[in-house]
Amino acid sequence: MDRGFPSLRSEAAGAVRTMLASAESLQLTLKPELSQEEQALTHANGKPKETHKAGNEDLKEMLESNKESLKLEAMKRIVGLISKGKNSSELFPAVVKNVASKNIELKKLVYVYLVRYAEEQQDLALLSISTFQRALKDPNQFIRASALRVLSSIRVPIIVPIMMLAIKEAATDMSPYVRKTSAHAIQKLYSLDPDQKEQLIEVIEKLLKDKSTLVAGSVVVAFEDVCPDRIDLIHKNYRKLCNLLVDVEEWGQVVIISMLTRYARTQFTSPWKEDAVFDENNEKTFYDSDSEEKKGQNEAKPYMMDPDHRLLLRNTKPLLQSRNTAVVMSVAQLYWHLAPKHEVSVVTKSLVRLLRSHREVQYIVLQNIATMSIQRKGMFEPFMKSFYVRSTDPTHIKTLKLEILTNLANEANISTILREFQTYVKSQDKAFAAATIQAIGRCATNISEVTDTCLNGLVLLLSNRDESVVAESVVVIKKLLQTQPTQHSEIIKHMAKLFDNITVPMARASILWLMGEYCDRVPKIAPDVLRKMAKSFTAEEDIVKLQTVNLAAKLYLTNSKQTKLLTQYILNLGRYDQNYDIRDRTRFIRQLIVPSEKSGALNKYARRILLAPKPAPVLESAFKDRDRFQLGTLSHSLNVKASGYHELSDWPAVAPDPSVRNVEVIEPVKEWAPSLGKAKQSKSDDKFYSDDEEKEEEGSDSSSSEDGSSSSDSSSSSSKDSDSGSEEESSEESEETSSGSGGSSSGSEKSSSESESEQRQKKKTKKMPQRKRKPAASDSDSDENGNVDQASSSASESSPESESESDSDSPAPPKKKEANAQPKMAVKSKKEVSLLDLDDFTPATTNAPQPSLVSSSLLSDLEGLSLSNVSSAVQVTSPSFGPVKTYELLHHMTGKGLSAKYHFPRQPCLYQPTMVSVQVILTNSSDHVLEEIHIGERSPASLNLHCFNTIERLEPGASVTVSMGVDFSDSTQAANFQLCTKEDQFSVSIQPAVGELLMPFSMSEADFSKEQRNLQGMNETSATVAMATANTPRQAVSKQVLSVANVGVVSSSQDSMLRFSGRTVSSKALVLVSLDLKEPPAVLLTINTDKTVMASMLLRDLKRALAQA
Amino acid sequence: MINSLFLINHSGDIFLEKHWKSVISRSVCDYFFEAKEKAIEPENVPPVLQTPHHYLISIYRDKIFFLSAIQTEVPPLFVIEFLHRVGDTFLDYFGECSETVIKDNVVIVYELLEEMLDNGFPLATESNVLKEMIKPPNILRSVVNTLTGGSHVGDTLPTGQLSNVPWRRAGVKYTNNEAYFDVIEEIDAILDKSGTTVFAEIQGVIEACVRLTGMPDLTLSFMNPRLLDDVSFHPCVRFKRWESERVLSFIPPDGNFTLMTYQVSSQNLVAIPVYVKQNISFLEAGSCGRLDITIGPKQTMGKTVEGLMVTVHMPKAVLSVNLTATQGTHTYDLATKTLVWDIGKLNPQKLPNLRGSLSMQTGVPKPEENPSLNIDLKIQQLAISGLKVSRLDMYGEKYKPFKGVKYLTKAGKFQVRT
Repeated sequence: MDRGFPSLRSEAAGAVRTMLASAESLQLTLKPELSQEEQALTHANGKPKETHKAGNEDLKEMLESNKESLKLEAMKRIVGLISKGKNSSELFPAVVKNVASKNIELKKLVYVYLVRYAEEQQDLALLSISTFQRALKDPNQFIRASALRVLSSIRVPIIVPIMMLAIKEAATDMSPYVRKTSAHAIQKLYSLDPDQKEQLIEVIEKLLKDKSTLVAGSVVVAFEDVCPDRIDLIHKNYRKLCNLLVDVEEWGQVVIISMLTRYARTQFTSPWKEDAVFDENNEKTFYDSDSEEKKGQNEAKPYMMDPDHRLLLRNTKPLLQSRNTAVVMSVAQLYWHLAPKHEVSVVTKSLVRLLRSHREVQYIVLQNIATMSIQRKGMFEPFMKSFYVRSTDPTHIKTLKLEILTNLANEANISTILREFQTYVKSQDKAFAAATIQAIGRCATNISEVTDTCLNGLVLLLSNRDESVVAESVVVIKKLLQTQPTQHSEIIKHMAKLFDNITVPMARASILWLMGEYCDRVPKIAPDVLRKMAKSFTAEEDIVKLQTVNLAAKLYLTNSKQTKLLTQYILNLGRYDQNYDIRDRTRFIRQLIVPSEKSGALNKYARRILLAPKPAPVLESAFKDRDRFQLGTLSHSLNVKASGYHELSDWPAVAPDPSVRNVEVIEPVKEWAPSLGKAKQSKSDDKFYSDDEEKEEEGSDSSSSEDGSSSSDSSSSSSKDSDSGSEEESSEESEETSSGSGGSSSGSEKSSSESESEQRQKKKTKKMPQRKRKPAASDSDSDENGNVDQASSSASESSPESESESDSDSPAPPKKKEANAQPKMAVKSKKEVSLLDLDDFTPATTNAPQPSLVSSSLLSDLEGLSLSNVSSAVQVTSPSFGPVKTYELLHHMTGKGLSAKYHFPRQPCLYQPTMVSVQVILTNSSDHVLEEIHIGERSPASLNLHCFNTIERLEPGASVTVSMGVDFSDSTQAANFQLCTKEDQFSVSIQPAVGELLMPFSMSEADFSKEQRNLQGMNETSATVAMATANTPRQAVSKQVLSVANVGVVSSSQDSMLRFSGRTVSSKALVLVSLDLKEPPAVLLTINTDKTVMASMLLRDLKRALAQA
Repeated sequence: MINSLFLINHSGDIFLEKHWKSVISRSVCDYFFEAKEKAIEPENVPPVLQTPHHYLISIYRDKIFFLSAIQTEVPPLFVIEFLHRVGDTFLDYFGECSETVIKDNVVIVYELLEEMLDNGFPLATESNVLKEMIKPPNILRSVVNTLTGGSHVGDTLPTGQLSNVPWRRAGVKYTNNEAYFDVIEEIDAILDKSGTTVFAEIQGVIEACVRLTGMPDLTLSFMNPRLLDDVSFHPCVRFKRWESERVLSFIPPDGNFTLMTYQVSSQNLVAIPVYVKQNISFLEAGSCGRLDITIGPKQTMGKTVEGLMVTVHMPKAVLSVNLTATQGTHTYDLATKTLVWDIGKLNPQKLPNLRGSLSMQTGVPKPEENPSLNIDLKIQQLAISGLKVSRLDMYGEKYKPFKGVKYLTKAGKFQVRT
């Protein structure tokens, strides 16, 4: 050892010095202790060590060696120490140096160590921070995420601001995995520094809007932890969460469901009061709880379930089939707390299934069933046999099963249950046998028919050999006799006979009490028992002595002739007893019953005091009051309010405004709004959640198995449910459309079938106005419908197979949009005509962006439907319209006959959310057939490009439209690639205008101004523009802006302000554009975004557009 | 959510601790030990305990207590389910879940625990995902690692973690593509003294072993899906297809997994494959007892009953047994008072019989209740409910996989009261 010390020392000192340097570069103020630490470190090596540290000394040596394998070995041993709970904190300086190691396993182990000891060694822990900060910018999402995980796990208060920054950054990361990690980090930071709450809530708010299934669960956990009372943050995300739920990972499902349960109890009215709507189900009369529901009292307004309430119930139901028991339980509790009474029973089967699972699972599930079965026998009665006890069950499971069986007992099944109980009474598990006797007692009191049978059975048990069984029986018999004060002298006599053999104090006391209470029924036996007791009084337990005194007093009052002396004797014994309770009692009784000068008035009432009729004890379930806790919670299980338990609120008498859950979307153009509303109402349908549900499911199923075009079928069919006659028509139509789109590449044929379908749609929509006069149910119904339509269609859009199977997928997406939109276009038929004309003659422009008429709520509901990271049409609002600029990609001269043009359809890209979709029109203007048109090499090589499928053949004069996706990574750098035919290759490039790199993003005015406030200072670019006179009306201005940039209009309350919002396609950074039209023609143009380069380019483009005539 | 995890062995030593939030002193386990002391049997320890500052939720499996300390309200099943998932993961990685194996692989265990929870909330629990991040130990790899200095820790985010099918990793390749399904049914039954059925039901599970290249999309259909009453699925199964068409459509995880569990509808009568004639009696005088058990076939659908075994938990008073069996072997464990009679194959011509006397402790009253018999049995190539798989189709990949379905009936909790 000695030889190595000098070199070791210098090495260590050097290492510390480098660490210090890196810490200084961070500009962190290090406390003076660090230098002491350093000294201690360098000196320590020279000093002789205490013996117990000797083991760690060689670890230190290994850590400081140059060999990776030695370091790794050392770390493994240290982790072994940590796992055993042994302290290895003195190795901190040696370990922390390896935090930047290249070896990934070593690094991970260092992380483990760091997280464990950072709290104890705060100053040294700071040395590692810079490494994490660097790693937070790593291109590898896995490294970014793990850096954030560790950074946030280091519980050192000094780095709170760094953590805050890192969390904010990670919350907007491209990778959903990193965003998930940031949601976890929120909780960690909150527990470290609760003062950060306000800022963290902002991040939570942002993350709640996230549509990735990965993030949803984690952010809800953070929400529950940090701000469970901010229920307002949920409103806008409610429908999205409901729709995402099935695809969230199982642990997330549990927390989301329990949060939504709480939410629903504050937002919807109780479904339990009604009976009008759900009348078809008669079994309701079975249930106990019906007594609460007063049948006769029919309120004027029948209860209508909020469609959102229904949505939640419907979307959670499939989760009952989950393999995760926690998920099943949480759905069960949701139904218990939220569903109409008759629907709750759907959970029964699943709960019973859980009883097959592990012992611990059984325990919790049985507890919950016990609570449920008190209120609702009918739910579990058919499954009674599943609760039969096996001799191999552990005791706590046995007693719970017994509890449930007792709860389920009624006149019909009591004989079966009692027969079962008979077997249990004989069980070797005496605690269980005793519990069974109590259960029999409860059955006897609850069901009067069997009281006598039970009593007889219990009396038989009195001759049981096991003392505890006998004792329990006596106690139960005592209670039963009390509730049944009829002729039971036989039983009392029998018990008196057994008295000598019974030694359990409680049982003896019970018998004595019975004797005293009913001494008039056994006038001969009671004094004899008292005589025996007088003999053995001193040897009895306290409780028995007290009852002896009671018996004596009662007998003295009723039969003083025989018992006067005995009573005197017992009272004298009691007077000198060791226990002062007994001495007190004796003194009291003596004063009460023996007349003397001092006793006074009380004496007269002695009889009434001692022999007053006593109320019978109520035998009830131990689970009776458990229902004050939400089922499935820890509090319920313990029957104690656990810390952090959120009380489930009562239903509100009047539901809060349901419209808060509508997600706002920019309306395309103002004057169309009213017509939209009407069209929506006209097709509303009052049986929206019975029949539709099944139909939709069928629809979406078939669409996922068939090719993409069939989604138009499902959506159109469900949208006109009310008109049952037209169903055949729609299927016909969809056949045609599918054959059209699947068939060939010739555009004209396709468009003809399309236009046909459109005409059909129009015919149908003409019928609508008549129907409109019918009393429409409610606006939100149609909302519901629309919601699901989108669900089915977007599901098929995002399913990969549907894309790959359809030959020409380019026209498909917009067509779907149309199909969705058309039923709603009813009133606006004039516009359609022009569209149709276009279709007939210029096939290529079918895809020209049309003014989208998709209703706002429809689109917003789409938000919820993306599957993790393949979001297609999400969050992004209606593609805004404006003149489409077509750009030249390849001139037919340079392309040897092949010409290509492209435009930006401004639709969310189907392939990847970070891509901008581009439509390319390829035309063969040569006189020979072009073959195998495809995309070749691209530059830069990293360019992320979604190519179109190779076009096998392009006839002379024909043209074809294909769609591509290009990830421009938010820069206007051109995407260069090669367009190849069989013979030739042509280098082409797509140069995006900055406005095309955006996607409209919906937000309210309030959100807009809030976000704008966050993006001030450097992030704000503004200029004053003098507008051309033609542009002065608001409409014209907004049209100009929309033509330049793909942004959405934000509804504005001020007349002079125009607001637009969007997000960049790949990094999802917000871009806010606002125009102040106070003094026309001058306009103040402001752009807020943290992409400053983009801002200035956009500003330039907008200026030019507005200045133009 | 979950703050800390302690692994405690049978004798009450904490041999591993892991904290995901601030360190909780291991003295918190004392409350648990107290409860354990009181419960006598480890199975009887209540799974949820309350201490002044923490809540303890524990499971007991494979002779190890998994004890988690919790500070705030959390659904107890959430924790229990997770702890069992941890146990399953150990089983999956190391082939068994025992104290020695955990101690031997403490580094991998620690890395696993680190990945499975973040701040107490489950992060990655799918075995496929975990295996991509942390390779399970095997001898060849450890040799290679020591030679090349490689590690068993992956540095990229598993593909499954981000995709729609988190249970399947990308780029799976096999030379032999095969998909096997085992339909295993268990009979849970309670028979009373006279041999009548008090309660019987059939629980089934379909275990799959799928080794297929690429991203296959499988569809499994049954001849008689109506038999299935209540089902639960692996997350890969498309529930809507099941609802509408009663077929299982799924993209399978790679390797072994449980595809579904089901319960056969209660309307169907459950066939009980064997009958038991027994006579156990304890004589009042002479401190001895008699035992006579015969087992015969009842409804076996023409198949042979194998692996027949009878377990009896004798009352404490029984000191020793003096028995003779016409077939198989019998043992009596004095410590646990368990009589095990391992019969093997049931021969209908010559019914197995076990008879003899029991010697009892003197001076102790005779037990009132006769011990119940737990029966274990197996029937190959038969699903007792009659469930049959009709076909398995594969979409999405071009090759032809090798397919196979096996049926097996077992006794679950099959108890005969005497």
